[in-house]
Amino acid sequence: MTVRRIMGTEVEYGISVPGQAGANPMVTSSQVVNAYGARPELTRGGRARWDYEEESPLRDARGFTYSGAAYDPAEALADEDLGLANVILTNGARLYVDHAHPEYSTPEVTNPMDLVRWDKAGERVMAEASRRAATIPGTHPIHLYKHNTDNKGASYGAHENYSMRRQTPFADIVAYLTPFFVTRQVFTGAGRVGIGQDGSQPGYQLTQRADFFEVEVGLETTLKRPIINTRDEPHSDADKYRRLHVIIGDANLSEISTFLKVGTTSLVLTMIEEKVLTPDLGIADPVAELKAVSHDTTLTHRMRLRDGRRLTALDLQWAYYERAKAFVDDRYGNDADIDTVQVLERWEAILDKLGRDPMSAQDELDWVAKLRLLEGYRDRENLQWASPKLQLIDLQYSDVRPEKGLYHRLVARGAMQTLLTDEETRTAMVEPPEDTRAYFRGRCLAQYPSEVVAASWDSVIFDVGRESLVRVPMMEPERGTKKHVGALFDRCPSAKDMLEAITGG
Amino acid sequence: MATRDSGGQSQSGKARRDEEIEDVTTEANPEVAERQQEITEDVDDLLDEIDSVLEENAEEFVRGYVQKGGQ
Repeated sequence: MTVRRIMGTEVEYGISVPGQAGANPMVTSSQVVNAYGARPELTRGGRARWDYEEESPLRDARGFTYSGAAYDPAEALADEDLGLANVILTNGARLYVDHAHPEYSTPEVTNPMDLVRWDKAGERVMAEASRRAATIPGTHPIHLYKHNTDNKGASYGAHENYSMRRQTPFADIVAYLTPFFVTRQVFTGAGRVGIGQDGSQPGYQLTQRADFFEVEVGLETTLKRPIINTRDEPHSDADKYRRLHVIIGDANLSEISTFLKVGTTSLVLTMIEEKVLTPDLGIADPVAELKAVSHDTTLTHRMRLRDGRRLTALDLQWAYYERAKAFVDDRYGNDADIDTVQVLERWEAILDKLGRDPMSAQDELDWVAKLRLLEGYRDRENLQWASPKLQLIDLQYSDVRPEKGLYHRLVARGAMQTLLTDEETRTAMVEPPEDTRAYFRGRCLAQYPSEVVAASWDSVIFDVGRESLVRVPMMEPERGTKKHVGALFDRCPSAKDMLEAITGG
Repeated sequence: MATRDSGGQSQSGKARRDEEIEDVTTEANPEVAERQQEITEDVDDLLDEIDSVLEENAEEFVRGYVQKGGQ
């Protein structure tokens, strides 16, 4: 399967109401989410509730359940009763309020390019939601940013999720993924003005998130953040699958950065599942090196490996690349799927560019594009790194508004490569991927909006006028595809017809 | 479906295995140098107008941007 597997991203967006310092972010986040949910042509199923029954975020991949606080679905529902908004979209995504931020979780997809597409659709959903919220009388304009820190000590996540075979030992994941995560920053970084969690040391670094990671492995996502997160909540058959929850990434605007981030990670996971990696790439102090790599825009810092060798992040990435290339050639030869071939090509090309001159990737990677913009402005205005103007450029690079976001201005000028057409991203705001259960979820919400009362990653719940609600479980992420159920939807005008058809009565 | 464009390299997937990796060479490649020059001009154009795009009063705006933590 190589780079192809069930995967998705979830991004918490920064939110502010300029001039309204006292604005409650939970309230403003809810306003944004509800404004989008109230837009019937985009999310006809906007009133459906989230079904928490199968959720267990405190379950640990190492085999135990966190005992500090029992997870209580009733409590989660109580959060919802407090008015924390939660909308399920016809594209199969979830738009909701989490930790005082609006968050967009993509629908499940099967390949890196689709993940870029539905992740970028999320940016547009956010932009549309804030536009919509601003039209409500009495509200101030709400700004949303796709980034990960306010540069004052707070960080919020851009998580990746990868479905893996349950039988793969978690120790292998930790051993082989840690050096990869420490070094993939060279192409996944979104760039950041400021060093340290509060950004108070002047300078520029590759990533938004590196300075917020303190331990190698753990369950936490908000304190003592770990390089490898152990949350084990598969949202599918737990005997067969694990959902690897990756919290170390930055929120990327660049389509190429996102493509490389999820594509190379998925390929490394396949090599871990196939047991073809060897332990010779272990880094002596991964937490310290994570920061050292991020703080070095020349990409020449040499990390110390467990075996005493000193290698750069690029050296380590080349080692992973070469193993991946040899693995794919050996297993698949000329039959390798196009997604995998493209990931390998882009991976090789970007490492080559970064090795010659990092700035030559200025139209491909976020951290390089942002640095180029900042250096240009610095030269013109003769500014130091501590200048608020430079911090504003950093912040505004991630503004989701096409007219204000500097990433979007670069794309409009042709200074940033993209992988998707405008049309592809726009249609993904409303249409689900066709090859996962997200198709079933999205199609139910589009076609039977008044009969769907709740949904989650692994279920859809209907009220079709029977004595009790009808819950359709979807424990297999690759079932409920257009191929499986497209014709069923076409011939069932009501949810009642559809349920009768699938239950045979 | 998503475009399978990969910046002019996607067609060469299988062919390149036979040709080794010569075509990724960017040094002394006039097309690459030209592209870099174009981007530099595009970025300069954006820098020319950036003050009209940036929020007013940078210091106050940045100071007022405070988030609650998240995941």
